[in-house]
Amino acid sequence: MSQRIGVLNVQGAVSEHATHLRRVGAEVHLVRRPEDLTGLAGIVLPGGESTTIGKLLKKYGLFEPLRDRIAEGMPVFGTCAGMILLAERILGGDDPHLAVMDVTVDRNSFGRQRESFEANVAMADMEGDSFPAVFIRAPHIVDAKPSVRVLAEIDGKIVAARQGQMLATAFHPELTDDLRLHRYFSEMVGTSSYVSAMS
Amino acid sequence: MTVIGTERVKRGMAQMQKNGVIMDVINAEQARIAEAAGAVAVMALERVPSDIRAAGGVARMADPTIIEEVMKAVSIPVMAKCRIGHIVEARILEAMAVDYIDESEVLTPADDKFHVNKRQFTVPFVCGARDLGEALRRIAEGAAMLRTKGEPGTGNIIEAVKHIRLVQSQIRKIAGMSEDELVAESKNLGAPLDLLMEVHQTGKLPVVNFAAGGVATPADAALMMELGSDGVFVGSGVFKSQEPEKFARAIVEATMNYQDYDLLAKLSKGLGAPMKGIELSTLGQNERMAERGW
Repeated sequence: MSQRIGVLNVQGAVSEHATHLRRVGAEVHLVRRPEDLTGLAGIVLPGGESTTIGKLLKKYGLFEPLRDRIAEGMPVFGTCAGMILLAERILGGDDPHLAVMDVTVDRNSFGRQRESFEANVAMADMEGDSFPAVFIRAPHIVDAKPSVRVLAEIDGKIVAARQGQMLATAFHPELTDDLRLHRYFSEMVGTSSYVSAMS
Repeated sequence: MTVIGTERVKRGMAQMQKNGVIMDVINAEQARIAEAAGAVAVMALERVPSDIRAAGGVARMADPTIIEEVMKAVSIPVMAKCRIGHIVEARILEAMAVDYIDESEVLTPADDKFHVNKRQFTVPFVCGARDLGEALRRIAEGAAMLRTKGEPGTGNIIEAVKHIRLVQSQIRKIAGMSEDELVAESKNLGAPLDLLMEVHQTGKLPVVNFAAGGVATPADAALMMELGSDGVFVGSGVFKSQEPEKFARAIVEATMNYQDYDLLAKLSKGLGAPMKGIELSTLGQNERMAERGW
């Protein structure tokens, strides 16, 4: 049976993640209401505008059920804005969102859009070539507690990390054809026994 | 090695805005209202389109003071408009580090034959298009995002509907054509053949396409999403309404939940008067902004 993986469907690169997940064999469900979480074995928080997504999570009543499930061990993969949603602390005094991952992030820390870039990033846990990473007004992790494993850095800035069943990247693996990170997440989901109960 | 300003980085920025609303603002206070309402970006302007219409004369790039004020006020991306073909206004906006440039027919065109060669810029551009030929010409010039032109500043959705419907039906037609027919169709549409081949193979535009030009209510925004837009620009609609904060929130939610009709009914209640709007037959040919662009 294929894994049922959700993609948070508020705003941003939702269809791109859904396509990648299907290509690695997952059954994709789009999530906008608490009831959409039922039966999920994992969830992706896509890139978009973190302030917009954060506000609407609360409006749709998704905030608490999502946070609780991640705390219970539901595997989660946050990219860019998704990483900001997961972080416990945001530099500069913005209120954190789900605050489940023991990291501090700095938003737009590489500059504005004209500074957005592509780079090949060497990733721990990953065989083969370095990963083609697309950074768009990207954040980075400025501080990670010892329970967080750093997976990739660029110019000394942490841009990919894992803590237990939480995976976060500052870049957008959904914008290239490289499926390795989605496969990696799908394996995380596969080795976890979590299935989200009724909300 | 890191590379800036690639096609993927420019187009990707627009992909992050999908299902979102981009709002026109003329100062820091409006920008903060837009951000608080959940806008995914703001367009910093000196005047919204309906006031540009009312003022008449030549409409140009906004005073950089206003754009800077808006950039300081919010953390979401800030866009700004340059005149069609005005390479130097575009370079000034890029130097100011705006996140996206709209080469816009809302301003008075600076060049009656050529658009800006957008490939030469690091900052991405959005351009208006009424049909597939225009859309693909803009992409050929380097546009990383498209929008319908609609008829800006009118609060009348009919032109935007025409444009999105036409583009969608032309895409379906191209997707269904045999390859033999594409060269002649490329000539008919005035569209570069390589991009037409891409549309033929994928059945979609290679960049994100938003709705713009005439969105005045949450139902208008939802209509444009229903017709296949990836998101919505709201110009005069928000801050020309009686209650901008409420209105802005309603448009954001309507865009994201465009098929939830119970919610749309709720969002449409007690919003106060939307902007007044203009019946298009009362506009002279020289007052039609959508005609600008080549």
